[in-house]
This record gives sequence, C-alpha cells and structure tokens, in this order.
Amino acid sequence: MSTTQTEYLQDVADADYEHGWTTDVEADTADPGLTEDTVRMISAKKEEPEWLLEWRLKAFRYFKKIMEDSSQYPEWAHLKYVKPNLQEISYYSAPKRKARYDSLDEVDDELLETFERLGIPLQEQKQLAGVAVDAVMDSVSVATTFKEELKKAGVIFCSISEAAREHPDLVRKYMGSVIPYTDNYFASLNSCVFSDGSFVYIPKGVRCPMELSTYFRINEQNTGQFERTLIIAEDDSYVSYLEGCTAPQRDENQLHAAVVELIAHDNAEIKYSTIQNWYPGSKEGKGGIYNFVTKRGLCKGDDSKISWTQLETGSSITWKYPSVILKGDRSVGEFYSVAFTKGHQQADTGTKMTHIGNDTKSTIISKGISGGRSDNSYRGLVRVNKNAKNARNFSQCDSMLLGDRCGAHTFPYIEIDNPTAQVEHEATTSKVGDDQLFYCHQRGLNEEEAIKMIVNGFCKEILAKLPMEFAVEARELLAIELEGSVG
Amino acid sequence: MALLEVKNLHASVEDTNILKGVDLTIDGGQVHAIMGPNGSGKSTLASVLAGREEYEVSEGSVHYLGEDLLELEPDERALEGIFLAFQYPVELPGVSMMNFLKQAINSKREHQGQEEIKAADFMKLMRERAELVSLDPKLMRRSVNEGFSGGEKKRNEIFQLAMLEPKLAILDETDSGLDIDALRVVADGVNKLRAEDRGFLIITHYQRLLDYIVPDVVHVMVDGKIVKTGGKDLAIELEEKGYDWIRGEAVPA
Repeated sequence: MSTTQTEYLQDVADADYEHGWTTDVEADTADPGLTEDTVRMISAKKEEPEWLLEWRLKAFRYFKKIMEDSSQYPEWAHLKYVKPNLQEISYYSAPKRKARYDSLDEVDDELLETFERLGIPLQEQKQLAGVAVDAVMDSVSVATTFKEELKKAGVIFCSISEAAREHPDLVRKYMGSVIPYTDNYFASLNSCVFSDGSFVYIPKGVRCPMELSTYFRINEQNTGQFERTLIIAEDDSYVSYLEGCTAPQRDENQLHAAVVELIAHDNAEIKYSTIQNWYPGSKEGKGGIYNFVTKRGLCKGDDSKISWTQLETGSSITWKYPSVILKGDRSVGEFYSVAFTKGHQQADTGTKMTHIGNDTKSTIISKGISGGRSDNSYRGLVRVNKNAKNARNFSQCDSMLLGDRCGAHTFPYIEIDNPTAQVEHEATTSKVGDDQLFYCHQRGLNEEEAIKMIVNGFCKEILAKLPMEFAVEARELLAIELEGSVG
Repeated sequence: MALLEVKNLHASVEDTNILKGVDLTIDGGQVHAIMGPNGSGKSTLASVLAGREEYEVSEGSVHYLGEDLLELEPDERALEGIFLAFQYPVELPGVSMMNFLKQAINSKREHQGQEEIKAADFMKLMRERAELVSLDPKLMRRSVNEGFSGGEKKRNEIFQLAMLEPKLAILDETDSGLDIDALRVVADGVNKLRAEDRGFLIITHYQRLLDYIVPDVVHVMVDGKIVKTGGKDLAIELEEKGYDWIRGEAVPA
C-alpha cells in the first residue's frame, strides 16, 4: 500500500469522537451493584404498577442463576474483551430535577442543550422536520415531542415507563412476547433492570403520519443503559421508527444492553432504523461502550413486513443481531446493515431470519467496513422450519478493508428443513484498491475525498434504505468517521 | 516555455529498470505520439507522468510549465491540468459517474479559486461533452465504469477528458480493444478537443489510430528509450517495416 494511503488510514483510525463531552446535569444515580433491592428500587423510582415489578422479579430470579454460571455467558461471538462486572455498574441514573416531564418547558436547559449539541433541537425539529422525537438520557425519557399530533391519529408514542402506567394492558400483553426474559444473558439482564425506552402503538389501519425517533444518550459515569423498546403495529398499519445513540468519552467501558421487540399484525409494516454512534473507545482501545443488544421482530400476521436498517459506527464492542420471525404467511423480513469499525473496535453483528409461515421472504444485505486494527464480523442465520413452504431468502455480505491491520469475517449459517426453500448467499471481500484510489487521484480527488467516495459508494444501497430525513445525517456521520487530518 | 519537458528520465518498478533515459519535449497545441513494441516502457512513461506511486524515478527530471512535476502528488498533478486516459479504466461500484465527475470538476474549480459549478450548468456541460464521443447520457447515472462495455469505457475516458479540460492529455493505448467504428468516434472526439493551449501525448501500439488523429511528432520507444523521432510519416514507415527495423538501427552491431 502507498504511504499516503497508509497515513490517511492512520488518520482515519485516529480521528476523534465528536460526541465525547459530558453534560453537567445533576443526576440521581444508584449505587453500583445488582441485587433484588436494585430491581425493586428501579421499579419504585419509575412508580411502576405491581405486575411489572413482579415481572422484573421473575426475570431477576432467573437471571440470578445464570449470572453466576459462566457457561450461560455468550462466548461464541468473534470478540475479545473483558466480561463486564455486573456488580460494578450502576443500574439507575436520572437527571435530578424531576423524574418525569410533562412538557418540554419543564426540561432542564442544560439537558436541552445536550440534545441540541447532538443535533436534535427538539423545539425546532418539531416544526421543521415533522419528526416526533423521544430523547432518553441515561435512564429517563426526557421529552416526547409531537405528542398531541400523534394522539389525533390514535398513535401512542411515549416512554415505556409511561406506557406501563397509562396503557398497562398493551404492555402486559406484548412485553416479553417476542424476546422472553429467558432468551439470552443480556436480554435477561435487561428484563430485570430496564430503565426506560420507547413504546409505540399504531392502531388498526393507521399509517403513522410522521417518522418516530428516539435518541439515546449515556451521560453518567459507571452507568449502564438498559432501555427497552416495544413497537406494536395493528392490522394494516405502518410505522417508520429511528433510533440514534451517543455517549461521552470515558476511560471505563460502559455497558449498554437493550431489548427491542417489534410486533406486526396482518398486513402491517414496521421499518426500524438505527444510527448507532456510541463512544468507540480511545485510539489505544481504552474505554468505549459495550453494546449488547437483542432486537427481534415478529411478523405475527399474514402479509406483514419488518425491516431493520442499521448504520453502526460506534461502540468498542458490538454484539447485535436484529432478527425477524416470519410467522404469518407471505410475511417479509429485511435486514440492511452497514457496520463501520476503526481503531480497536470490534463488531459481531448480523441477523437471524426464521421462516415459519408459507411463502415467506427474507432479504439480508450486510456491508462491513473495517479500518485501523478493528475486527468486523457478519454472523447470520437463515432458518426454514419444516412446515414453511416456499420460503425464499437472499443474503449478500460484502466486506471492505481499509488498510492491512484490520479483519473482516463472515459466518453464515443456513438451516433448511423444508425442500421447497430457495436460499441464495453471496459474499465478497474487497480492499480499497490502490488502482481505485489512483484513478480518483488522477481526476483531482485527494485521499480523503477518494476514500469517502469509495466507501459511500460501497454502502449506497443501504443508506438509501434509511428514512430520507436521516439519510443525510447518516452520510455525514460516515463522513465524520472517515475524516482525517489530511490537509 | 514548454508544456512538458522530460530529461534523461530513468524509472523502475520493483527494482526492474524500465525507463532508461527518456527525453521528450511537448509544446502547447502539439500532438505527440509514442509508438513502440510491447514492454518498451510506453505505459510506464504515462504512469510516471501521472504520478503512480509504484514507479520510482531514479534519475532525470520532468518539468511541467516550468515547475518540477515530480514534486507533486498525483491529485495535485491532475488539478494542475494533467489528465491520463487509462488503458484499463477502473470500476468504482456505487459511485455514480455524475457524482464522480461533479466532485472532480469542483475540486479543480476550488483549486483555481472558482465557485462550485451550478447543477444546471453541470448537466448542460455533461450533455454537450457526452455528445462529442457519442456517449449515452444514461451512463452518467450508472456507477463509474461498472458494467460498461470495453468501448464505452474508452469513450468514457475521452468524455472525462472533455469535461475536465486539461492542459496535457495523455492517452494510454486508448485504441486497444476498439473496433474501427469506435476508434473513429474516439478519434473524432480527440480532434475536436485539440486546442492551442493543450498538448496531447498519445501512446499506441498501432499506427491505425494515427490515421484519424494526425500527430505533429512521432516518437519510437524501444527498451526504455526514445530511439527515433520524426513526423507523421514515421508512423506509416513503422507500420510497413515493423519494429525490428528500428531495433536494427537503434542498436548498432
């Protein structure tokens, strides 16, 4: 590789994290440690109904057993890290002023500034973008804009704590129905201590009039973030939902273990997009977010559709497999992913498509880009059950290497129990070639412009899947990630 | 001042000496052709001039408009007005021709202290220049060179030349792999782009391209050196007698 390219890629790998500042908001933070009391405390702070406390305690009793059993810890991923010590983490932190906010006017100015620095001016965004935003700082949902407008359409969009109080029947019916608390180590942990997250309910026949969006931010030190999101789309409804994530720069690793459950009834469609930019750790690999997330959608009804689109650029460790269970006949599952790793980041991400109904279809397109000394793996399972007739899957996994100290891996698993299934898998690995770079240089593009252009081209089909309002943001984020100090 | 002045240029790749003392002077408005057998170093000369990093210059000098060209990075050379039409154009998946060219034009305009090109002006320019080489404007929506036929790739190079309006255009075996009709289209395009302040260096293995683009000067390169220089008739003579004739002359027994 040419020297300028190596230098540039070095700069790319060294580029600083933009959201590494902290906010000086007084916080109410629990002492570290996980006991039954912790679970009770969280539930009490959230003024939860009794049934929810019971649910958490059931989860905790289960988790307590596996917490101490190292064989229960998921070690199969292609990741190297020190396991998080669950007793050193604080499980609850909230901006101190008030535990709940009824309107934006009550929200702390500094907090609002925080969100503004993140590029989410709640007030303005309300009018300009027509996007409803729910912002979650540490453990508490800070503000939900657009509530009134959504109410008119019959859409419920609020924090999960509020939903537990205001819409207990819905939460009770669906929470844990796609991802039970016994699902896996991190989902179990989340079930005991989840602090906040978003709840969305789209009634029958309603096309949600705007994009819904949640921004998550971890602010306090030694705090974990365990949000839980639940989206229910009734028959013939549609919703597009986007989450964004950032965190300050800390020397310690911070744990983020979220659970996201989606349920699509007959002929409903849920489009779930993520722009994940948690703090990736320092250049030397110190600190950063451990991102262990369980996301799963259930295409419960016939002709339902669930799409996951993700742009993953942050976290020191990413362990994440947004999946779809295709239960309804003719249901459709999609997974579109760009995972960009640099520095010492490690990502093991992919999806699981489980075909149960007849004539179901899934599409997987994954693009991994690795630079620096990072390691980027795709892990995917396509499973066709015995009674699933005419299932179809198309998978394409492309990896791009920037430089020669990084790694890219593909672990596709295919389990077919029905002979009528049609499954296709394609995989490519490419290196940003000296030839491509030289061609760009010869047309007057410098190193940075050339690499941005090539990487953007590589991810284009995925970025195009993001809601329009966020596609620009995604491209910019990718550009910032690629930015070096080439002058 | 000469547009390009190459003196005693020696260059190697991976410790193999390829250029062994090239001398060449091109003035604005001139078309020079370099012919020679395979492996004589013609394409290496093109690569060295464009600044490909694998090639190491061990001796000699290259001046472009009086400045030391070898001091400049490849992108700086391009911004200063050197254009290379590639023998094997490179594919850039997912990068649309339109974006690619717009960025290239704007980088150049920025370098010259000009504002970015307006979208409407860009579209107009693109249509106009695509017509020069009969290139289907629909190709502009496709990824750079991806899925282009061999002929389309070569025409696309000349189209980019027309868009970027360089001072020195180097055509590296642009005729290879073209049928006679495509060859004529490409040559017509180049002829229309000939200008007082623009020099061309045309590298070719065969004389037939020079039937259409009539050069001012023809050089013959053998074993890393220019061994004979003459007018357009030299190309015809070469075609008749073959390279062995030159070899015999160049290396006295």
